[in-house]
Amino acid sequence: MQSGKIKHIWELLNNIPDPEIPVISIVELGVVRDIFYKNNIFIISITPTYSGCPAVKSFIDDIKECLKKNGFLNFKINLVYTPAWTTDWMSEKTKLKLENYGIAPPSSKVRCPQCKSQKTILVSEFGATACKAFYKCEDCLEPFESFKCI
Amino acid sequence: MNNNLFKYVLRIADNCLILGQRMSEWCSNGPTLEEDIAMSNISLDMFGQANGFYDYASQIDGQKSADELAFKRNEREFFNFQLIEQENGNFGNTIVRNFLFDAFNFLFYTELSNSTDKTLSALAAKSLKEAKYHLRHSKNWIIRLGDGTNESNQKVQNALNDLWHFTGELFEMDEIDNELLKVCVSVDLNKIKLEWDKIINSTLKIAKLERPTDSYMASGGKKGIHTECLGFLLAEMQYLQRAYPNAKW
Repeated sequence: MQSGKIKHIWELLNNIPDPEIPVISIVELGVVRDIFYKNNIFIISITPTYSGCPAVKSFIDDIKECLKKNGFLNFKINLVYTPAWTTDWMSEKTKLKLENYGIAPPSSKVRCPQCKSQKTILVSEFGATACKAFYKCEDCLEPFESFKCI
Repeated sequence: MNNNLFKYVLRIADNCLILGQRMSEWCSNGPTLEEDIAMSNISLDMFGQANGFYDYASQIDGQKSADELAFKRNEREFFNFQLIEQENGNFGNTIVRNFLFDAFNFLFYTELSNSTDKTLSALAAKSLKEAKYHLRHSKNWIIRLGDGTNESNQKVQNALNDLWHFTGELFEMDEIDNELLKVCVSVDLNKIKLEWDKIINSTLKIAKLERPTDSYMASGGKKGIHTECLGFLLAEMQYLQRAYPNAKW
């Protein structure tokens, strides 16, 4: 009976952008793990990308605001740790969005999002956010960020 | 309340929090911009891990919140290793301290992810992904500095000699470890010691550094006995919550 509403919630959450990479949604990122209905409450399970990801608080606030605005009042957000978040959950379509945005998607072979060259070098394993590393293209010399594979 | 489990979880959380606080002291003081960001990111990971373990400790305790556990205990009530609380010193000191701990923590989380306690195993499996990264970071620096210039080699060798006596405690099993090991909740530290030796020895060899000989080993962090460094760290970290109890951001 609630399956239509659950589907609606998935759609709503799919419109919430990642606070740090606004080109993809929190659903595409794989942070929203499950939505179900139990004892008159919609339970939304989310998992952090990295333990210390400062965006988690922002995800939770954004979800609350979005659901309230759309008339959902009886819901609860659950933080789950298992299975641990992995970049394997990202679809090919999502990866393409990242690349078009200028961030190399998670891959064993990092290619430059600008000129697509495979000749890239790691500058630092730590980028501007916990989930990204810092690379440089040896062909077009453009520095860029790459999503870490975890 | 399961007192053994509470203390066991608290020890893990304290290691994460105290190392996170130490690493945060590097923010804006790193030797290069990339390294500054790296150390701040590691700090953030450690705070995140601490948060997960404190939340669990708080659930077991049933009274104190995770924040209260972090901000309203005195040094004798903290159970982190003495190694973790040691001051950052120069960049080499920080890297050596972290390397010795990162190698331990990587192996510790690997084992803990098989714990029969579901929450501990989930938190460990999550944290393990980050610990791998941290170990790679400190290990690469050990090699770079050890096999660098005479000066960098000497500095990390000195740091290694200074910090070595804090490594014995990492593998001490006390009654809490032993009790929880019977029900396959805790990690058998004797088992990971051999693996730790392998990581340390192989890395030091590549880095052209000498492994110090085992002599006197400090002990006590797990029982709340600390070096003078911890009090100063807590004074700074806890100041706001002590001066303005329950202040909210």
